[in-house]
Amino acid sequence: MTAFLRFLINGVSLGSVYAIIALGYTMVYGIAKMLNFAHGDVIMVGAYIAFCGLQYWGFPPVAAILAAMVVCTVLGVTIEGLAYRPLRQAPSLAVLITAIGMSYLLQNVALMIWGANPKSFPQTFINSSTWNIGEMSISSATVITILANIVIMIGLTLFTAKTKMGKAMRCVSEDRGAAELMGINVNRTISATFAIGSALAAIAGVLLCSSYPILQPTTGSMPGIKAFTAAVFGGIGSIPGAMIGGVLLGVIEILGKAYISTEVGDAIVFAVLIVVLLVKPSGLLGKPVREKV
Amino acid sequence: MSNQAQAAPLLRVNDIHVYYGAIHAIKGISLEVHENEIVTLIGANGAGKSTTLNTIAGLLRPRQGTIEMGGAPIQGVSASKMVFRGLALCPEGRRIFQQMTVRENLEMGAYSRPASEIDASLTEMFQRFPRLKEREKQIAGTLSGGEQQMLAMARALMSKPKLLMLDEPSMGLAPILVEQIFDIVTELHQSGVTILLVEQNAQMALRVADRAYVMETGVITMQGDAEALLHNDAVQKAYLGS
Repeated sequence: MTAFLRFLINGVSLGSVYAIIALGYTMVYGIAKMLNFAHGDVIMVGAYIAFCGLQYWGFPPVAAILAAMVVCTVLGVTIEGLAYRPLRQAPSLAVLITAIGMSYLLQNVALMIWGANPKSFPQTFINSSTWNIGEMSISSATVITILANIVIMIGLTLFTAKTKMGKAMRCVSEDRGAAELMGINVNRTISATFAIGSALAAIAGVLLCSSYPILQPTTGSMPGIKAFTAAVFGGIGSIPGAMIGGVLLGVIEILGKAYISTEVGDAIVFAVLIVVLLVKPSGLLGKPVREKV
Repeated sequence: MSNQAQAAPLLRVNDIHVYYGAIHAIKGISLEVHENEIVTLIGANGAGKSTTLNTIAGLLRPRQGTIEMGGAPIQGVSASKMVFRGLALCPEGRRIFQQMTVRENLEMGAYSRPASEIDASLTEMFQRFPRLKEREKQIAGTLSGGEQQMLAMARALMSKPKLLMLDEPSMGLAPILVEQIFDIVTELHQSGVTILLVEQNAQMALRVADRAYVMETGVITMQGDAEALLHNDAVQKAYLGS
């Protein structure tokens, strides 16, 4: 029983990282109607910047995280402006290919700067302590990751519900042309979406490396793919969907690895996705949009 | 000479040409709308009425010709800036934000205005459209077609436009609702809103309008006093089915 609870908590924690990454996918998809496959690699860049801050520049942990967020925000907005914006009217396939290209570009630039050798992510306040509850031990990284996910989710929900920019994002997501007629600058709104998604990616990168402290240029790709799966699983475009999808995916992955097989743990994750999509093609919380005549 | 002819028009469209790729959709259209006027643009499906409105609104760009608003050229100004210049388009098919509440839709209509002015305009809209007040918290996608059209018009009015452009407001509505929508158009006109109305329902449009332009495959074929056009033989044969 204790073992099950521990797996469950670890699953929720890993799933929280997926959820934070999935938010970036789901917001960008919802608003810019594109799949930003470079998003996973922005996580990797964020983790490297935090790593450099802690290891080489002598930054305190909070400053290192903030530096990672700033760099990722600038990176995300730059990628959007240089690579995706010129393709706004292009077929979605062209944008998709560009995003995949951007993903490899980021990985290769990281390889050039930081080399292929895995770096060991340093210890910070995030993963420095372990608490014992009964027979079970929980690391602080697990708890902080789950808390961060909850805070981010509440923050984003309030942001989209209450603020002018948040409402503008919902408008662009629903009907870009009508949003323009309201006076909403669509390009600026999409930039802001990339900025938020990328800043969250930096946080996700630090949290991921706090629990799994091996950092290399491909660190972001598998979590990126899984987070994308989580976003589709929860209903792409939906913020609470990303959270539920991410957490469920993490739990399924950890439980699958623990009780079924370590080798096919990832396959189980994707098998579940296939089943969900067969039953409910728009994802758990995705709603098919109906036209009213 | 009437005052109308002397004053500079609020909107002047001068010989615009619009293309969809290689297709020459608008072939040199000129029209004018004066302050406090209600002008209608009628014509069959595919004549280019909506294209003309979308071009004025900045959603499409004319390859040639000029568009002036209050004397200042506005062709090439992006659609999102147009509303700041006092031009609002209530688009074809309503295009309300289906997943937002009625109130949120109205608030988005006032996106171009300072937050402090929004409450007063909301109160005004709820007075004009009591149905929307009843449905204030409802998700807009659950409204009936007629209510959605009212919401779309109210949303456009929330920007306090100098010129309101309505694209097929009666489309897809039951006859009784069509009457209601045209009553609203008349009321708006009486309260001083300048309107450019695009309609397939020529009969209704000509009844409420001051002046009219008749469009056919990208060109204006007739123009003049709405009342006169309503009784014009050619118009009657082509658009009024009599």
